[in-house]
Amino acid sequence: MAYVPGMRRPLQRDDAVVLRVQKLGESDRIITLLTRRHGRIRAVARGVRKMTSRYGARLEPFGHVDVQWALGSGLHTISQVEGLALLGKHFVEDYPRYTAACAIMETAERLTSEEDQPALRLFLLTLGALRALADGEHAGTLVLDAYLLRAMAHEGWAPALAECAVCATPGRHRAFSVAAGGCVCPNCRPPGAAHPHPLTIDLMIALLGGDWKTADAAEPAQRRECSGLVAAHLQWHMERALRSLPLVDRGERT
Amino acid sequence: MYEGAIQDLIDELGRLPGIGPKSAQRLAFHVLSADPIDVRRLAASLVKVKEVVKFCTICFNVAEDDKCRICRDPRRSDEILCVVEEPKDVVAIERTNEFRGRYHVLGGAINPLEGVGPDNLRVRELMQRLADGEVKELILATDPNTEGEATATYIALLVKPMGITVSRLASGLPVGGDLEYADEITLGRAFEGRRTI
Repeated sequence: MAYVPGMRRPLQRDDAVVLRVQKLGESDRIITLLTRRHGRIRAVARGVRKMTSRYGARLEPFGHVDVQWALGSGLHTISQVEGLALLGKHFVEDYPRYTAACAIMETAERLTSEEDQPALRLFLLTLGALRALADGEHAGTLVLDAYLLRAMAHEGWAPALAECAVCATPGRHRAFSVAAGGCVCPNCRPPGAAHPHPLTIDLMIALLGGDWKTADAAEPAQRRECSGLVAAHLQWHMERALRSLPLVDRGERT
Repeated sequence: MYEGAIQDLIDELGRLPGIGPKSAQRLAFHVLSADPIDVRRLAASLVKVKEVVKFCTICFNVAEDDKCRICRDPRRSDEILCVVEEPKDVVAIERTNEFRGRYHVLGGAINPLEGVGPDNLRVRELMQRLADGEVKELILATDPNTEGEATATYIALLVKPMGITVSRLASGLPVGGDLEYADEITLGRAFEGRRTI
């Protein structure tokens, strides 16, 4: 439903994940939401930076909210918000998980390049990743890498892991080339291809397929290598680098 | 679209935060109709603020000398340090007349979505200030939002092994408000931080 200038603004309601908040003017914020049925939208939340705001706390990043907004010709305007699962409180007390959650939010925003275009699978994937991160059952970096791999699969550029990315020869291949699109056989291996540990490829397959038993058992060295390959593969396919990915705290503070 | 100086002024005013094209036009015409003495005073203030004001070399609050007024004050305690995001937070806390320690201004909060990490803030300078062992308590007064809380968590993670008491400003109900209008997070925080009377 489009907004016609001069007419009363129609209202819409959906559940959404708060991806990003940006300051606007004296006390307002622009809220970027990934909604279940309407895709990514941007809306103004008036007065939410004031201490007296009745719903400002519900519009903090990482929250799963039930939100109502009035359609605008540019930005929409949020009129009501109810919290369904305000997951931010789980992350602010755990810095590594906070940085991982930020990377998930930025990826979700970048993968929904057009506003108001439904992206149900990405919404469900993002919400599931945030819930898994909040539960704390698995390491934060594993949840992040699983999310990135599945988001890339959703976009159609998941790395080839069980076949050669160039000639599609099935099997486990030792070389991995980001430019070629994943694992490559000895005949197709381009110069400069990486040679990750075979267990790293197993970990990537486990994360992509949801085999958490294998993923949780992975050694720190394989986890680090996996994170590097996933990040490199993601950055290769994105037009601009993710700003939050280099800031992810992988628990290696000295 | 106007011509010459008035359009230049509208364009410059329109580059300020929170000033749209209509506001810029209104302000420009206000300046045009104002007393020339008032306009010269405004112009002189704008130039002076860029020439004179700098950051305190100790706490990074705004100052006109190497040290700000608070860092120069010998009556303030060196044992309590309050960490804030911006210089305007110092002013807000000073208005309470409750705090007699020193400040450290970080220059923002950790926000990976905007590409702001700990290295972009004055965290390293804070750690250098704490290293001499004079500070006994660190009060983390970052904003009570997600970025501010995460920044406080990060700093606490670094400081606690140094044996310094780390505290966080309380969150809860605003004075003068009705309980029924409080949102669930604020009310939850108020319950967590309740105290015996």
